[in-house]
Amino acid sequence: MHLLVCGGTGCRAAESDAIVTNLQQELEKNGLQDQVQVVMTGCFGFCEKGPIVKVSPDNTFYTQVKPEDAAEIVAEHVVKGRQVNRLLYKDPEKKETVSDSKHMDFYKKQIRIALRNCGFIDPENLDEYIARDGYMALGRCLTELKPQDVINEIKESGLRGRGGGGFPTGIKWEIAAKNDADQKYVVCNADEGDPGAFMDRSILEGDPHAVLEAMAICGYSTNATKGLIYIRAEYPLAIKRLKIAIDQAREYGLLGKNIFGTDFEFDIELRYGAGAFVCGEETSLIHSMEGLRGEPTIKPPYPAESGYLGKPTNVNNVETYANIPVIINKGANWFNKIGTEKSKGTKVFALAGKINNVGLIEVPMGTTLREVIFEIGGGIKDGKKFKAVQTGGPSGGCLTEEHLDTPIDFDNLVQAGSMMGSGGMIVMDEDDCMVSMAKFYLDFTVEESCGKCSPCRIGNKRLYELLDRITQGKGEMEDLQRLRNMSQVIKDTSLCGLGQTSPNPVLSTLDNFYDEYVAHVTDKKCPAGQCKDLMTYTIIEENCVGCTACARVCPVGAISGEKKQVHNIDPEICIKCGACIERCKFDAIIVK
Amino acid sequence: MAKIKTLADLKKMKEDMRTKVDIREKADTPENYVQIKVGMATSGIASGAKEVMDFLIEALEKRNIEAVVTQTGDMGYSYAEPTIEVKKPGEEPIVFGYVDTKKADEIIEKYIKLGELVDGIIPVNYQVIDDDK
Amino acid sequence: MDKVKLTIDNKQIEVEKGTTIYQAAKKLDIEIPVLCYMNLEDLGIENKPGGCRICVVEVEGRNNLAPSCSTEVWEGMVVHTHTMRVINARRTVMEFILSDHPKDCLTCAKSGNCELQDMAVKLGIREIPGQEYAEMSEYKVDFSPSIIRDLDKCIMCRRCEMMCNEFQTVGALSAFHRGFEAAVGPAFEMDLEHSPCTYCGQCVAVCPTGALTEKDHTRDVINALSDPTKKVIVQTAPAVRAALGEEFGMEPGTSVTGQMVSALRRLGFDYVFDTDFAADLTIMEEGTELLDRLTKHLNGDKEVKLPILTSCCPAWVQFFEHNFPEMKDVPSSARSPQQMFGAIAKTYFADKISVKREDLVVVSIMPCLAKKYEAQRDEFKLDGNPDVDFSISTRELAHLIKEANLDLNTLPVEDFDKPLGESSGAGVIFGATGGVIEAATRTAYEIHTNKKLEKLDFEELRGLDGIRSATIDFDGTPINIGIAHGLGNARKLLEDIKAGKSQFHAIEIMSCPGGCIGGGGQPIHHGDSSILKARTKAIYAEDAGKPIRKSHENPYIIKLYEEFLGKPMSEKAHHLLHTAYFDKSKKIEIS
Repeated sequence: MHLLVCGGTGCRAAESDAIVTNLQQELEKNGLQDQVQVVMTGCFGFCEKGPIVKVSPDNTFYTQVKPEDAAEIVAEHVVKGRQVNRLLYKDPEKKETVSDSKHMDFYKKQIRIALRNCGFIDPENLDEYIARDGYMALGRCLTELKPQDVINEIKESGLRGRGGGGFPTGIKWEIAAKNDADQKYVVCNADEGDPGAFMDRSILEGDPHAVLEAMAICGYSTNATKGLIYIRAEYPLAIKRLKIAIDQAREYGLLGKNIFGTDFEFDIELRYGAGAFVCGEETSLIHSMEGLRGEPTIKPPYPAESGYLGKPTNVNNVETYANIPVIINKGANWFNKIGTEKSKGTKVFALAGKINNVGLIEVPMGTTLREVIFEIGGGIKDGKKFKAVQTGGPSGGCLTEEHLDTPIDFDNLVQAGSMMGSGGMIVMDEDDCMVSMAKFYLDFTVEESCGKCSPCRIGNKRLYELLDRITQGKGEMEDLQRLRNMSQVIKDTSLCGLGQTSPNPVLSTLDNFYDEYVAHVTDKKCPAGQCKDLMTYTIIEENCVGCTACARVCPVGAISGEKKQVHNIDPEICIKCGACIERCKFDAIIVK
Repeated sequence: MAKIKTLADLKKMKEDMRTKVDIREKADTPENYVQIKVGMATSGIASGAKEVMDFLIEALEKRNIEAVVTQTGDMGYSYAEPTIEVKKPGEEPIVFGYVDTKKADEIIEKYIKLGELVDGIIPVNYQVIDDDK
Repeated sequence: MDKVKLTIDNKQIEVEKGTTIYQAAKKLDIEIPVLCYMNLEDLGIENKPGGCRICVVEVEGRNNLAPSCSTEVWEGMVVHTHTMRVINARRTVMEFILSDHPKDCLTCAKSGNCELQDMAVKLGIREIPGQEYAEMSEYKVDFSPSIIRDLDKCIMCRRCEMMCNEFQTVGALSAFHRGFEAAVGPAFEMDLEHSPCTYCGQCVAVCPTGALTEKDHTRDVINALSDPTKKVIVQTAPAVRAALGEEFGMEPGTSVTGQMVSALRRLGFDYVFDTDFAADLTIMEEGTELLDRLTKHLNGDKEVKLPILTSCCPAWVQFFEHNFPEMKDVPSSARSPQQMFGAIAKTYFADKISVKREDLVVVSIMPCLAKKYEAQRDEFKLDGNPDVDFSISTRELAHLIKEANLDLNTLPVEDFDKPLGESSGAGVIFGATGGVIEAATRTAYEIHTNKKLEKLDFEELRGLDGIRSATIDFDGTPINIGIAHGLGNARKLLEDIKAGKSQFHAIEIMSCPGGCIGGGGQPIHHGDSSILKARTKAIYAEDAGKPIRKSHENPYIIKLYEEFLGKPMSEKAHHLLHTAYFDKSKKIEIS
């Protein structure tokens, strides 16, 4: 029997390490340490209900496990074979417990290719990866396929870059392969930076060897001997597991010289980023790796021609690489049957925001937003109404009710006014103000702009300022036109992808929620009730009994009134902290 | 650790390592394998279910039968303990009672391997306790 | 070379592959506005970060606009340089840039000479929407002895950074912070004074705005001139006369020596002298030192330091003090002409006119900003009184002349005063790269060989290549000469010396492109290298026109040695005209 405990960053933050320790102790107490194996795996994806403990072979899926639950799991499940009912997942709609993850809505529609080993193997154990066909693809490539055959296979699979751009991976490899040089490089972009996104982190934490294997395959195909993984220093667990994986692979001879007894040599090093969003842009990433300022340069030249240290360099994102070994093992024709006409395979998304099942999912291209949000995601939290979903992070746009049945793929999302991006998906409900949402993303972009080109450096700041004024009720109708013009010019003139896409949240909210902007500007109201400056606190005369509780709790003395008389709030002084509402027992204070 | 020098080395190693994750892979698609559930409630353990289970796991592996052996709670036939439920791919499950290691051996050799019926079947109107449907 | 055909504004053109849209358009006389882009052609100095985004154009089939400065043309490309989309974009981007730029043009040092101001005019900017609530970036102003940095005015064109890092390899300036806070300066936001800055002033020379300007000393000069108790004398560096006319609308390359002298006299200077005189003196000292080392070397002395390196350029001196302190005994110990002049003026000349040292004010007019720093180095002071009191740039002189209602175009041609105003042609060519070593060769040859030099023009030492070399036959002894302008080029030669690979006997090094004619204190060239070439021509023409063209033949130099110094490298000469260098490699501090 195996007890699989989630060792992703999220579950570890909720003490999954202690769960492992406690389970082991309990097993020892019962003399079962030899029969039952406790494995710390990568992320299961169902982070909303973490920490997860899964029992094999009966596939029992325990959720929200605490270290102190270990004793009960061992005593009941392991020893007596009785499931611990209180730890099973309860379907919120059917109100029934579901013990096998296969039958949970969250997992039903998922197909796991990139995440195939996450939550399944011990990422710190190469043997387990090998048991799952690990390095078989590399072995086959080196001994049975020519570099061009590998490239052809990838081309035929239809795999497109998962970092957001969606450029065909096989063609990218082919360009790098065709550029002759004494030294070439294979780079893995692990500089995941979208707010709320953790696809790459989870893959690296849960299945680091998949990325190493794919990079070696890429090295073989493009005639490169050095691999570099550019990873943000804020991912300590992923870094630790990568280091372990690299050491193990070297030890087994799967990295280094004469791999699989051939002439092929390949090794991988880590390069740490300081977490600048712009370093996800490949030219910035390369400059950062070279020790220079993380700034983009104009393409062409593309990295495939002149990249790291001026040498041909293939840059792919973590998730893209994670697909490669599967494509080689199962064949391009297996892979390209999954997905839509122009977007093949699956895509990993990080579900976040006002959604019941926050977590990491992998679905076939072509799955609709509705399926993702309402079936896998379990719908909107607290029974609220769905308002919009932001895909593509700060570079994407918001999509609304009318887009819910759009099959997700690269091209459809662009057509709908957003983009795939790296896979962040933030769901918003009726309480979310779309102007504030656009402002939030602009705040991020302003913070993350490198400052090299003027439209991004200054233009985004001006966009932010204007949005800020609108949320304060200081906007005017002509500002909406200015917002649009500035946004278009920033898109049109910025140097790199960051600035070229940063106004998307503004443009898509202007397109989809223009009325909401107008309400802020002309009525000085925030329909979602989120913009503090546009709210007023008032006392309903009929309900107020003059208990003075509100006046006593008000930190700024904005409430006045005699005892047993109706009280009054001075809007000039009120800071809208909400303390009075909380204190009032008579529902006499309202926010408008 | 020896280095992997050829694809054959890797294939061999994969075979050696297969058991490490076998149990998890089978758990994902149990319908493809012989599934055996051993009644392991307190009374079952008292009557020797644990030994039976250990025997089954070891014997099935030795005889190269792809099977998933799991434990389950009280199966409702405490008079006949230890009890096991055997489900072959595509067939209805069958429950056997009074299973000791000798009986278990017979079940493997006759029922699982050859499809012959064995004494001790508890035939009627049982319910599978932990069926999740 | 492969050719590419394209269409720009409905006109067809064929250009070489690798040409940018901007360059191709220029060939069609379509001038696309550029701001951050700068190209000093033939000097290998190009700045095209593609950062300002003013030069964007529409390219058919491309989603967004293309920066013409850095987008290469392709076969069949169709470009439109002034569609409404382009014009709107340029204007909006310009509004962005101006929204984060101070509006104090009235008192800005660069007013009237500012590329940003010109661009605002060209793009018709009349107001900046949202300016009343737009946050502006703010930085503290950095005052160094030579250069003032006011980063509020920085537009992130990165020209200074390119000059400082790529051309000079000084590395004092680089971009710091991100996004809206980004600007260019020394690491850790140090002051320039604590950075490895050499004060070469090339950052100032290329800055399109008032973010980098010279420290202004005109007020000090006016104060000195208005003080009746002071005798105020002035020296003018060779490169100044070849560029000053530009500030008065004259063609680049117009030599204005005589008009400059009369302007200075009218400004109230008591004596108008020439740094060229001190340049001749430098040749006497440095040339003698060269011959001294050379003779020792030829006699088999293994200890002698060769090649000898020139030491007239104060930024270069700073550079090796910072970067190659272990080689500080390799350069000539001769002071720069500015400092030699100051030392002689405050001793020999002060005695001659019976003025006390403290009542004599020496002003220098320099094409250079490092000279401001050099003038206040402690080793060039006596009891706190500097040999050179104030050093002002060519630009500052132009301001003073204009302020005094004088127009160089209409002023008469006058001669320098004697005795420190007489110079040879050799002194004049100090202003161009290769000039110092040519001047030294003229003198060293004749002293070493005791023969008269027939041909004075050493064309092989002239030109604009960053590193040049020539072998001069000293009557049977081949002398290998190296020349570098730009500290990046100097660094290469120094690395060779350090590695023991250098074959040179003597090397001339100047920090600025083209030598002093391209100095940081010269009229702003706005990226036009033809201006630098014209100035160089003027320098050599002035030399050719001089009756005396060898330093050792300057009668007033001969007289100075007879009356005062004795002979070159004498003890007195050593005391007044030579210096020592310091290890500054550890002086990089974080303030």
